[in-house]
Order: sequence, then C-alpha cells, then structure tokens
Amino acid sequence: MGRWFSAIAAGIAVLLRLLCAPVSAQDQTIIVASTTSTQDSGLFDYLLPIVRDKTGVDVKVLAQGTGQALDTARRGDVDVVFVHAKSAEEKFLAEGFGVKRYPVMYNDFVLIGPKNDPAGIRGLDVIASLQTIEKQAAPFISRGDRSGTHIAELALWKDAGIDVTKDRGSWYKEIGQGMGAALNVASASNAYVLADRGTWLAFKNRGDLAILVEGDKRLFNQYGVMLVNPAKHPTVRKEAGQRFIDWLVSPEGQKAIAGYKIGGQQLFYPNANDPGA
Amino acid sequence: MNDFTQAIQLAATLIGRFDPELRGIIALSLGVSLTASALAFIIGSPLGLALAIGRFPGRQALIVTANALLGLPPVVVGLGVYLLLSRSGPLGSLGILFTPAAMILAQAILGIPIVVALVHRMTVDLWATYGEALLVDGASHIRAAASLMNIGREGLVVAFLAAFGRAIAEVGAILIVGGNIRGYTRTMTTAIALETSKGELSLALALGIILIALSMTVSAFSHMFGRTLRH
Repeated sequence: MGRWFSAIAAGIAVLLRLLCAPVSAQDQTIIVASTTSTQDSGLFDYLLPIVRDKTGVDVKVLAQGTGQALDTARRGDVDVVFVHAKSAEEKFLAEGFGVKRYPVMYNDFVLIGPKNDPAGIRGLDVIASLQTIEKQAAPFISRGDRSGTHIAELALWKDAGIDVTKDRGSWYKEIGQGMGAALNVASASNAYVLADRGTWLAFKNRGDLAILVEGDKRLFNQYGVMLVNPAKHPTVRKEAGQRFIDWLVSPEGQKAIAGYKIGGQQLFYPNANDPGA
Repeated sequence: MNDFTQAIQLAATLIGRFDPELRGIIALSLGVSLTASALAFIIGSPLGLALAIGRFPGRQALIVTANALLGLPPVVVGLGVYLLLSRSGPLGSLGILFTPAAMILAQAILGIPIVVALVHRMTVDLWATYGEALLVDGASHIRAAASLMNIGREGLVVAFLAAFGRAIAEVGAILIVGGNIRGYTRTMTTAIALETSKGELSLALALGIILIALSMTVSAFSHMFGRTLRH
C-alpha cells in the first residue's frame, strides 16, 4: 500500500506541474480583481481583446465585490485591482498594499424600482427617496456584500439620516450577492434597489422594474485601478500589470472605454485626466 | 413555461452552432471533473477497501467520518483550499490558485469521502460472504482485496460515478478557487451562475440543459463499461 500511495502522490505532483506550467511560462498574463458591475455590464468582454491586441497583455478577470477584490489583493493572489470605492481604495494604499491609484472612469448609480412606484419616489432626489422608502417601509434590496455599490448605498442611507444597521425592518433585505443577483431579487419581488447604470443597462430580466431616480450628483460612481505592491508580494507581475494600467489611462485606452455602448448608450465615461477623481 | 421552451430552443441552437467558447467550457468542465473524480477514486477506493477488510484501531471512527463527510459543503472545501493555495497560505508558492489545478484539487477532496464510503459499503458485505474463501488459499490480504475488487467491480463504477456527479454539479468550491475566469476557469456551473446574475435566464437554463445531458452521457458510458466488465 505504501508504494501505491507514493506513486499516487508523485502522479498528482506531476499533474499539478503540467497544469501550472503554462501559467508560469506566460509573464504576459495577469490576474485582475475587479467588480461584478464591470463584468455583468459586459465591459471586460469588450475591452480585453483590445488590451491583448494593443499591449500583448492577457488579462484574466476575477469578478468580486470591491471589498472582496481588495482582500484578495491583500493576500497577494492577484496582480491588479480595478474597483469603485475610493475610500476603501485609499485605505488599501495607506496600508501599503497598492503602489499608486489611478482614476480611470466613472458612471453613475441609479435607483431602480417598480414602474408603478408604490412608495412614490419618482422625481425626488436620492436622499428624499430613501427617506420615503424607509417611511413607507417599501421593500428594498441591499447588496450586503461590501461591494462598491453596497458601500455607496450605506453612505447614502447615512446622508439620509437613517441607520439601516439599526433601524431596518423586514422591508430592508440584505442578500449578500452581486449586482445582477440583487436585480434578479428586486425584479422577482418588485422591490427598490440601488444599481450601477452599466449593469442595469446590460441586465435582461427586468420584469416591471424601471429607473426612478437618476442624475443626482451624489450618485456619482468613480472607478480606480492599482497595481498590487510588489514589495509586499514579490510574485506580482508588475511589468505586465503596469503596462495594462498605463494603457487604461492612456488616450487610446480612454477612447476605447468611451466606445463601449449598449443600445447606443455609453456606459462608462473616462476621466483619467481628472486628478481629483 | 415560456422560459423553458425558450431555453430548450436556445440549448439546441448553442449545440447546433458548436460555439467555440461553449466547447471550451464543456471541455474544461469534463476535464476538471473527470480528473478530480479519477483522483478521488484512486485515493478513496483503497481506503474504502481497507476499511471493509482491515481490522485496525480507529477503523470505526474512520467509517463514521467518511460517512459524515458525504455532505461536505463545497463552499467550505473551496474556502479551505483557497486559504491553503493563496499566496499568503502554506501552499502559496505553488502558484496554482485560480487555475484548473486548484479546481481539480477542491473537487477531488469533495469526491474522496464519497468513494471511501461507497466502496466500503459495497465491499463490506462481499467480504463477509467471500472473505474467508479468498483467504483460505493462503493468499495475502492485498491479494484478497484485489479479488474482492474484481468481484465488486460494478460497485466501483457506481462509486466513481457518484464522485463524478458530485464534481460536475458543484459550483461553490470551483467558484472560489477557480475564480470563474473567462476562457480559463469558467465551467458549465460557474457560467450558469454568471448568466443568471446577468439576468440572461434563458441562456442560463439552456446551459443547464446541456450540463444535464452531458452528465447523463457520462453516466450512460460508465454503465456500458460496467456491463462489459460483468460479461
């Protein structure tokens, strides 16, 4: 039996070697931790072939919420993070896990709800809308996953003077999943939900939902990109990672981002040249 | 019902078009899950046999453990493998997180208790019936075990299939350790989860129909193989 087991162990080792060989051989391949909103909106499916063409870098995208993406990067498991929660990104930088943050693009959040709008928020600003939803105890779906959208949602509730961690009733449901999943739940239960515009535009299972509140400047949603600090994690593929970042913020990359449209509508607005973003 | 008819049509179209991306996803799903269940089988079946015919301290505890682990939650296995393979974890230097190798490892871990418990269950009665006869010729235990495997070979096919069924159907573990990276670690189940989250419910269901058809095909082949063994 002992011989068997050592033979099996050797076999597994060989197999694992074989399977990893192509990865270590390709220094031009990087893993980017990004958000469900960038994946579910279809941006990466559009952008990555262009990136490979122009820079030779093969990008593998891991779609997680912003909080999880930053944690994955803290562990050194990815080379680049591309997320949308400036406060969390700045914390990541301050902890020394990132090299530098580059603003890339923005879009905006929209407040989605049933077309017949039972709580009556259409036309209000976002703060008044949330206060109305809370007062009417209208069903509201929260991502509840520390994603960029969840962080933005919590900040809006705070601005509205409502402590959802304490005051929430059964009308407020945290589902702990991605943007698309939250929209699916909202669509099935005719609830209100905060979404990024890109995912909403790409989303197919809308049911009776529609955009009710938009255009409020508090709904601004900025994306940033950072190389994971090679000083913390020497395995980071810094050369290819930096090449990807440099291209994203270059005039060419910015133009490509602006060119992504669904049904004629632009989803993301490049703003790498805005130092304050 | 509209969703279902739409999904069936879409499944037929997808198969008819023989879409290269779908082909890649199917090949990866089958490759990962077959390798993982083969590994689980190679490791698990000697253990199951040993539990059936051996008499050693801790045997009962191992049997109970294997049976309890039948319900091992994939998401917990995924998390455990993730922490092991992470760059900050003990096996981080292997650099196999977010690769098919990591997915094989996770699914093999899920399959091992299934193979152990089933092989034990199927051979323990056979051993009670044939054990003494097999040993009476002065054969060693290892020799007797080989004969027992031969007698119970159909049961071994079932154990392998059960491990494969577990592997091909799960999404929790491979989503965490594979990352659902397009063209690299995206399998049938993770693609279904993704399309659902995009609200592409018909496409998700169509992929589900293809997945069920695939696993039925594998099961049919194994059954044919089992029948050939019997004759």
